[in-house]
Amino acid sequence: MSTPQPAPPIIEFNGVNKWYGQFHVLRDIQLKVARGERIVICGPSGSGKSTLIRCVNRLEEHQAGDLIVDGTTLTDDLKAIEKIRKDVGMVFQQFNLFPHLTVLENLTLAPMWVGKVPKKEAEERAMVQLKRVRIAEQAHKYPLQMSGGQQQRVAIARALCLTPKIMLFDEPTSALDPEMIQEVLDVMVELAGLGITMLCVTHEMAFAKAVANRVIFMDQGQIVEQAAPHEFFDNPKNERTKDFLSKILSH
Amino acid sequence: MTATPQVFEPIASRPPPVQVQGAIAWLRTNLFDGWRNTLATMVVLGLLALCIPKLVSWALINAIFVPDNAACRAMAEHSGACWGVVAEKYRLILFGRYPFAEQWRPLVACVLLVCLLVASCYRGFWKPWLLAAWAVVLPLIFVLMFGGVAGLTLVETSMWGGFPLTLLLATLSLVMAFPLAIAVALGRQSRMPGIRTLCVLYVELIRGVPLITVLFMASFMFPLFMPEGKQIDVLLRVLVGMTLFTAAYLAEVVRGGLQALPKGQVEAAQSLGLSSWQTTRKIVLPQALRLVVPAIMNTFIGAFKDTSLVTIVSLFDLTGALQLALGDSNWRKFFLEGQFFVAGIYFVFCFAMSRYSQWIERHLNTGTRRQ
Repeated sequence: MSTPQPAPPIIEFNGVNKWYGQFHVLRDIQLKVARGERIVICGPSGSGKSTLIRCVNRLEEHQAGDLIVDGTTLTDDLKAIEKIRKDVGMVFQQFNLFPHLTVLENLTLAPMWVGKVPKKEAEERAMVQLKRVRIAEQAHKYPLQMSGGQQQRVAIARALCLTPKIMLFDEPTSALDPEMIQEVLDVMVELAGLGITMLCVTHEMAFAKAVANRVIFMDQGQIVEQAAPHEFFDNPKNERTKDFLSKILSH
Repeated sequence: MTATPQVFEPIASRPPPVQVQGAIAWLRTNLFDGWRNTLATMVVLGLLALCIPKLVSWALINAIFVPDNAACRAMAEHSGACWGVVAEKYRLILFGRYPFAEQWRPLVACVLLVCLLVASCYRGFWKPWLLAAWAVVLPLIFVLMFGGVAGLTLVETSMWGGFPLTLLLATLSLVMAFPLAIAVALGRQSRMPGIRTLCVLYVELIRGVPLITVLFMASFMFPLFMPEGKQIDVLLRVLVGMTLFTAAYLAEVVRGGLQALPKGQVEAAQSLGLSSWQTTRKIVLPQALRLVVPAIMNTFIGAFKDTSLVTIVSLFDLTGALQLALGDSNWRKFFLEGQFFVAGIYFVFCFAMSRYSQWIERHLNTGTRRQ
C-alpha cells in the first residue's frame, strides 16, 4: 500500500522578497499554506504582515522569489491575476465598502460584472451571505448609514459572494469600537467551519486560539516563529516572540 | 446587608427647547446681534435707501416701454430707461442675422434643445433612451437651422446668431468637452508615460493661453493648414476650439475628484476581481465626479458665458447680436437697456445651472453622507 500523496499547498511563498523603495519589507519568505488551513499572522506594526497577505491577491507585487496561489504563479499576467482575485476574498481594516452603492449593490457588483451572474441570481446569493452575517434586513441601506461592526460584516459578506477558496483578513477588527469587535469575530469564527483557507492578520489572540491551525509571528519582514496556537502561546521558542507576547497579553 | 445592584436606566428622549420664532426674533439674531452687527446692518440699509429709489425710478417709473424713438431721445439724460430698444430690436438680439421670415426655425430649435437639456437634468431619465433622444434631436436641430431639405431654405452657419448660437455653442462644446476631460484626467494618472506626458502637455498648453487666442487659432490659423479649396465651417472650427479649451479646465476638476478618492476603494474593487476598466467605470468615476459637482458646474457656467467671446471671430452670439442691434444710430444711445436685457437672459440660465448643481449634489449624495 502506498501512502497517499500530500495535497499540494494552496498558497506557496518560495523565497519571496519585496521592497518599498529602499525599504526591504519582506525578506526571504518561505511559507506553505494547506488547503483549508486557518492561519493567524501577528507581529509589531511595520513587520510586513499586511504586505504579506496583500501579495497573495497581488495588491502588492513581490520583486523576487516565487508566489504560487492555487496552482498559478503570480506574474504581471493581468488575466491570471484577475482569475486569482475571483478565488481570493479580502476584508480590509477600513472596510472599503463602496459608499455610493447600497449594501445589496456592494454584494452583487462583482458576481454580476466579474462572474457574469444574472442580477436576480446574484441578489439571491447576496441575501444568503447577508443572512449568514446576520444583516439581511439592512440590504437596502447605504454603508455609511450603518455602524462599523455592521459595515465590516457586510464587507465579509461581499468577499464571500464570489465563493472564494481563500479569505484574507487585514486587521479586520482594528478600526472598530470595542463593543463591535465581538460581532465581527463571531462571524469569522463561523466562517472557520466552512473549510475556506483563511489568512488573518490580527492581534485578537482569543480568536487565534479558538480558530487558527497555525500562528505566525513576523518581525522586520521575516517569519520569526510559527506553531500551533497552544504551542505558540504556551511555549514560544524565540526570545523576540516571548517579548512580543508579554506585551500584548499583559493587558 | 448586600448592596442592591445598580440598574442603568436611560433618561427618556426629550424634544429640544422651543426656539424663538417669528420675524422679530429672526431680525434680532441675524441683523441686530450686537453693536457691530447692528452698525453693519444700518450701513447696508442706508446704501440701499440711496440706490433703490433711483433704480426704481429709472427702470420703472420714468421708463418708456414702447419703441417710441422720438420720446426716448427727448427724455433727459439718464432720467429713465428706454426699454423701447428691446421692444424694437428683440428679434435681432435674439436671432442675429438669421433671415427674419425664417426665425421660427431657430426658435423651434431652441425650444427642442432646452427641453432636451431639462429632461437630461432629471436623474430618473438617465437611461439609454435619453442618449437616443440626443442622437435624434441634435441632427434635427441642425437640419432645422441649416435647411436645404424638405422645402426649408438654406441658411449658412455664418448667418446664425443670437441666443440659438449661444445655446448651441455652449451645449455642444460642453457635451463634447466632458468625455474628453474624463479621458484626459484618467490619462494623467495612466501608467504609460507617453499618455501621461501627452495629457499634461495638452492641459498645460491650453490653460496657458487665453480663450481668445484659441478662437483666433481655430478661426484664422487652422485654414492655413488645410489643402487649397477645402474649408471647414467656421462654426465647427470655433466649436472645436471651445471644446478643447473647456476640456482642459474640466480635466483638472475631474483629476481633483480622482485624487480625493481613498486608495482603499480601488483596492477593494481589485480584490473583487474587477478589471481596471470596470473599476474606473463602476467605482472610481461615479464617486470622483460626485465629489466635484460644484466645481464642474462652476466650469460649465464659465464656459456658457465664455461663448460671448466668439464675436471676435465674427460669430454673432447673444452679445454679438446686441452689438448688431445697437448699430442702428437711432438706438445706439440706449445700449445699457440692451445690456440689461441680455444680462437677464444669461442670468436666468446661469442661475438655473447653479440651483440644479445644488439639487443634483443632494440627490447624488443619498447615503454617502451620514444623515
